[in-house]
Amino acid sequence: MKYAARRIASFLLTMVIVSFLAFMAFDVISGDPATALLGTEATPEAIAALRTEMGLDRPLGVRYGEWLLGFFTGDLGTSYVYHQSVSEIIAPKISVTLLLSFVSFLLILLISIPLGLSAAKRSGGALEAAGTAFNQFCMAVPPFFTGMLLSYLFGVILKWFMPGVFPDLSTDFPGAMRHIFFAAIAIAVPRIAMTVRMLKSTIQSEMRKSYVRTAISRGNDRSAVLRVHVLKNSLVPVITFLAQTMAEIVAGGIVVEQVFAIPGLGRMLVSSISNRDYPMVQAIVVILALWVVLSGTVADLVNQRIDPRLRLGGDR
Amino acid sequence: MKQKMNGFFAAGLTITALLLLLTVVGAFWTPYDPNAMSGSEKFLAPCLAHPFGTDNFGRDILSRVMKGAGTTFTVAALTVLMGSVLGTLIGALTGYFGGIVDDLLMRLGDVLTAFPSVLLALVIISLLGPGSKYNVVLALGLVFIPSFARVTRTAFASARDVNYIKSARLMGASSARILLIHILPNTLNVLLPAITIGFNNAVLAEASMSYLGIGVTPPDASLGYMLSEAQGMFARAPWYALCTGAVIVLFVFGVGLIGEGLQRRSGEVD
Repeated sequence: MKYAARRIASFLLTMVIVSFLAFMAFDVISGDPATALLGTEATPEAIAALRTEMGLDRPLGVRYGEWLLGFFTGDLGTSYVYHQSVSEIIAPKISVTLLLSFVSFLLILLISIPLGLSAAKRSGGALEAAGTAFNQFCMAVPPFFTGMLLSYLFGVILKWFMPGVFPDLSTDFPGAMRHIFFAAIAIAVPRIAMTVRMLKSTIQSEMRKSYVRTAISRGNDRSAVLRVHVLKNSLVPVITFLAQTMAEIVAGGIVVEQVFAIPGLGRMLVSSISNRDYPMVQAIVVILALWVVLSGTVADLVNQRIDPRLRLGGDR
Repeated sequence: MKQKMNGFFAAGLTITALLLLLTVVGAFWTPYDPNAMSGSEKFLAPCLAHPFGTDNFGRDILSRVMKGAGTTFTVAALTVLMGSVLGTLIGALTGYFGGIVDDLLMRLGDVLTAFPSVLLALVIISLLGPGSKYNVVLALGLVFIPSFARVTRTAFASARDVNYIKSARLMGASSARILLIHILPNTLNVLLPAITIGFNNAVLAEASMSYLGIGVTPPDASLGYMLSEAQGMFARAPWYALCTGAVIVLFVFGVGLIGEGLQRRSGEVD
């Protein structure tokens, strides 16, 4: 329990630091938001009035505190470009991005675990070399290129979904899911390749340990040893890797949402960066960072349930 | 087994060398001016005169790919250079000397490497200002420092208490001499695979950012930017996207195979 409390405290601390850095960075770099809103020709009086209205004349610490509180009250400021509340713009996009991430994650799990287990049993030979080369090839294909090919094949030729037109999630859920499914494939392909590779090397290095050799030499069935002992002991690094996968899916989503015109957080982030819409960038960056740090924390908590040694050692 | 290890390395080296040749030639000579438009030669499918076809302005795609590959390669190479030199420096100092700075920097590195590199690079790019080739190098180079630092730190830390290093210290060798001449060459078997992985990540990250329009933008068209152009005309000229994408894939695939070969040779299939 003590471990869990420490891990959660370090999670909170990381989030405070990350959000403070995001706030500071964009606050310093972006210059004066009042000038940005009114343009450079505005009179100094008008700018000063707006600064007071927006609360920019107050100390940095106070403004950071209020902004951080905004994540709980839903007030994250106003977008420079859309002149609407940031949280109102972002809220519907979160569910789209979450859906895309979960479908991608599911695809990765369902495909890479059986593939990885069967790859681990093979070692040496031409088949293994071919598998490794194919694996390297899949890692080399950028998700946005896969996305372009998929949307041409399944969108333009087979017309299974409408490329460039994302159906409304609440009125046409199946249509939106078809769209998301193909985007998820594009995100998943290189990550499946990496997961298979990781599973193979983790299991094979576990198989070389002496307890496995002892078990097999005592006449235990090879695949039973794999199922009962090796898999259990390989679980900890695998779960850490899967948490990393969660984070990487978010990054893949930023690009792939653009290819499929999916109105998610990633697409909003990219257009906000191009438009220098800093309140939007700040909010989206912190939300994506929360996703990354949270998945790492959950993985650590799960791992210390599985492997009690981690509770004594503290952190890994 | 030995034969097959070098199979990966040789295949990767061949692919990479061919593409590098194309890139180096492209820096000095291309079949056509990559930006010359021709109204009569729009949307030509690949043929003898235009092996990769032409685009909507009648520009020769092979010439554009040769130039674009140069930009992509330069950005990736500079990024890896920056990340590996600074990362190795930090890794060497923290690994060899240890102490509280080591603890702090490694903790920071743990947090940073948890974030996907594209996400971090996007944040840095939005601070530096999008569009410039050098800002992309700076952003990606910064992002890659922690992963290089982590890899080399482990190698330097484990070498610290090895006997030959101890005796070098007793003989009065300076720390700089020990780090550079005695330990650094022994870290190459972890550093080289890390460089191939870093190079590939840099190519893919640069391509993604340029595809999104916030990486390298014209006149320095990179392969990623060209793919975003190509997407708009996929139905009319699929060869544009296919040829450009294939070059990116082959580049990363080739270097990936080299990395695989290196790792197998040093005996750790990771």
